[in-house]
Amino acid sequence: MSVAVFVRRVLAALLVMFLVSLLTFFLGRMVPGDPAEILAGDGASAETIAGIRSSLGLDRPILVQYGDWLYGATHGDLGVSLFSGQPVADSISTAAPPTLSVSLLALVIAVAVGVSAGAVAGLNQGRWLDRVISGLSGVGIAIPGFWLAMVLISILTISNPWLPATGYEPLSAGIGPWLSHIIIPALALGLAAAAELARHTRGCVADVLDRPYIVAARARGASGFWLVRKHVLRNAAIPVVTVVGLQFGRLLGGVVVVEAVCGVPGLGTLATSAVLESDYPMIQAYVLLCAVVIVLVNLLTDVAYAVINPKLRAA
Amino acid sequence: MTEISPSSTPTPGPAGTASAGALTPASQRPPSVTRQVLRRPASLVAGGFLLLLVVLAVAAPWLAPYDPNAQHLADKLAGPSGAHPLGTDEFGRDVLSRMIYACRVSMSAPFISVGVACVIGVPLGLWAAFRGGAVDAVTGRIADTLLSLPGFVCALAIVAVLGPSLVNAMVAVGLAYSPGLFRIVRGATLSVVEEEFVDSARSVGASTPRILGVHVLPNIAAPLTVQVSLLMGLSLILEAGMSFLGLGVRAPTASWGTMLRSAYENQWEAPMAVLPAGVAMVLTVLAFNTMGDAIRDALGARGRR
Repeated sequence: MSVAVFVRRVLAALLVMFLVSLLTFFLGRMVPGDPAEILAGDGASAETIAGIRSSLGLDRPILVQYGDWLYGATHGDLGVSLFSGQPVADSISTAAPPTLSVSLLALVIAVAVGVSAGAVAGLNQGRWLDRVISGLSGVGIAIPGFWLAMVLISILTISNPWLPATGYEPLSAGIGPWLSHIIIPALALGLAAAAELARHTRGCVADVLDRPYIVAARARGASGFWLVRKHVLRNAAIPVVTVVGLQFGRLLGGVVVVEAVCGVPGLGTLATSAVLESDYPMIQAYVLLCAVVIVLVNLLTDVAYAVINPKLRAA
Repeated sequence: MTEISPSSTPTPGPAGTASAGALTPASQRPPSVTRQVLRRPASLVAGGFLLLLVVLAVAAPWLAPYDPNAQHLADKLAGPSGAHPLGTDEFGRDVLSRMIYACRVSMSAPFISVGVACVIGVPLGLWAAFRGGAVDAVTGRIADTLLSLPGFVCALAIVAVLGPSLVNAMVAVGLAYSPGLFRIVRGATLSVVEEEFVDSARSVGASTPRILGVHVLPNIAAPLTVQVSLLMGLSLILEAGMSFLGLGVRAPTASWGTMLRSAYENQWEAPMAVLPAGVAMVLTVLAFNTMGDAIRDALGARGRR
């Protein structure tokens, strides 16, 4: 990827970020309820409410408020929760590690299981192994992650006391407790994503195997592991990377309900209660954060293409 | 996984194959695709299952053995028995009857969301591809913006504004899916608007709505149908997730999402109670996906010919 292309991608990402910030801000303002009245509590006098309103800057023109909010957001100030009165940035930074742990482990599971199963199926097209894997991935795609989490809890926690039921332990408490708390939500999220990935990887591998250069490589006597690694997987990796990027967005959405099932005090739990409490600064911050993560992942996906495929570096 | 493309990169995949089929003239397409879809045993089973769910939803009052909300606290959380084939929940309500009534929500919810997504995504996609220029650029950026949010997060934010209820949750899911559908429709339309029959329609003075509605739409119906069937399954999962969180259907209304919620809350007493609603959901999504795949394969075969 040339520098010019990279700069253009970054600029496009920045434009999307700007539009997302506008959308988030105004969506947040459309949340029903007067924030000043909510913060003032029941039975507050009109003066108190007016005072809170001006201290929040709610009496100023909306575009000025947007500018303030955007300035604050880029400097780590995301406002104050209407419900707890705590800075939103603090709640977000407490809730981010659990969500990040679960999503990243889910992604690792998805890539490890999905890509290898898909590659095996693609290399064994039409044989029983392919049929089994394709069948399983077809069913896997249809399984909602949060239901799978409930089933896993039934099996691994309630029927057999192997894993702790709910909650979260930080990594600082030791890798064992940390892993034992995030493995169920990560499996639940990761296996559905793995099914999706396996399908795509199978398709990509099957597609690459049909190409003339594979036939040519085989004619030159290349075979087995070397052919698969050097020619098939490397070429099939490009579309697979796109799907991995997309799956990360999926995971970020799916983790919300899975967190509720597994009692993980993460961003999804924070967002759900914010929606139920009409806590708009929290909703704004959450939506903005998700968008930033997705835009960054998309950008990374673009860079990953260039790393995998030298042809695109010049393009 | 075909509804969303990353903002800056084209995804090779099912959507691409589907739009290749769009180039076939409309007059030759429908009967043959339908026949190809119905020839496959898998899609026959899937279609039959969906039909069964619709029948259950419509005829629920006659088919359900009990009132879905009648409580018999004496035999709560009972396992399967002759009187209650799927057992009872924490209020002693008959799970089978609730499952049957839940078909009403589960069969109507996806139609609402996908309907909303179509109403927004299809005309805008057609228009953006047909007009190009500034219209295309502006709608494209808006779609990019919305696609930078996961569907569920987008739906959460919209429910925060509209307030939690089934209809609002479904509208939110529909809005969240509309940019993805917009992209697909736009892409498919782009390949059709260059066709001669569009030019000739334009040269005889047909209006833009007429060209788009009469000449373009039937030719993109194929990739649209595939996408719609996949979105049906996805929105079913999203609806259940929203209802599980208490942002969609509210108790005591029976839906697979609320049933999973109550099964979840009583999981320690009745660990197997998570099965009925979950299995029904998986089978339904599987049926929608099977139909989508069958239609896509039928179209793909035609495109290759």
